[in-house]
Amino acid sequence: MSAARHRVSTRVVAISVLVVALILAGVVSFYAASTPDGLTKVSEDEGFAHTETEHDAAEGPFAGYGTSFIDNDRLSGGVAGVVGVVAVLAVFGGLTLLLRRRGTPGDRSQEDSSVERETDSAAS
Amino acid sequence: MHVPDGFLDAPTSIATGVIAAGAVAVSLRKARGELDDRTAPLAGLVAAFIFATQMLNFPVAGGTSGHLMGGALAAVLVGPWTGVLATAVVLVVQCLLFADGGVSALGTNIILMSVVTVGVGWLAFRGVQALLPKRVSMVPVAAGIGAFLSVPVAALVFVGLYAIGGTADLSLGKLAAAMVGVHLLIGVGEGIITFLAVGSVVAARPDLVYGARRVLAARTLEVRTAGASA
Repeated sequence: MSAARHRVSTRVVAISVLVVALILAGVVSFYAASTPDGLTKVSEDEGFAHTETEHDAAEGPFAGYGTSFIDNDRLSGGVAGVVGVVAVLAVFGGLTLLLRRRGTPGDRSQEDSSVERETDSAAS
Repeated sequence: MHVPDGFLDAPTSIATGVIAAGAVAVSLRKARGELDDRTAPLAGLVAAFIFATQMLNFPVAGGTSGHLMGGALAAVLVGPWTGVLATAVVLVVQCLLFADGGVSALGTNIILMSVVTVGVGWLAFRGVQALLPKRVSMVPVAAGIGAFLSVPVAALVFVGLYAIGGTADLSLGKLAAAMVGVHLLIGVGEGIITFLAVGSVVAARPDLVYGARRVLAARTLEVRTAGASA
């Protein structure tokens, strides 16, 4: 495969994923459909939408994917989206780093075989 | 499919909370085996990407919309156990920071959109992978099919939970038909987005894709065997 010879570096892949995520959450999200999602629509049609109770975090600064202190709709949603991407990246990036560090430091062959075992148990 | 507070009664919500906590605890142990030099740097970014994509509701028939759940996507890219954790973190951030999905329903949402979509997505992916030709180009196809199936199954599990602890008296048959119907359509979107996202990473660096490892390993073996016999 010729693609294997021009290997894209892991850093480029990582930065690309981050940039795409920031653009989707920060800019493209403004154009997302605002109609109710599948479950909300079904709850309206089947008559149980009224059983929903108020969310405990409904007064938070980013509740409902908006930024409470920004009036401009586009900016309000965009900032909330970027905050969410950064928050998820910080929490899960940190968690995976911790899990990785706490894992047994071994040579690559051992790690690869443990990965295979995990795959087998997950697939069965 | 974010379930708000109030749809399910307290005992059911507590039970789903306990089950979800157990699933996360098991995943925390098992994910260590998946996080190596190739998956670890990307895992946080995959979760961030899934968060971003969940903001993009796409229209489906009849004034309804849907968005990616990302369970199959996460499982194929970084491994199923890490995938459970990645999607669970997305749901926790959505719940606490964006008031999306009830606090009391967090366990329910983790079961539906993390455990079920990852589990169904991954198992279906592996099943389809076994049937299709063992080529790297088939990985995004299998991922897309797994993603498609995961959404209506999650909808059915919601109906099951509603049968146990729903707060309104409904015809469960009608609820099941409505939920599965609309989520089959949303599943098509899930499948397409997953196919495209997995396809992009596979095109650039197939070795970074957890679900492509067996195919790559088999290919390397074949090349080596061919080289040895020549």
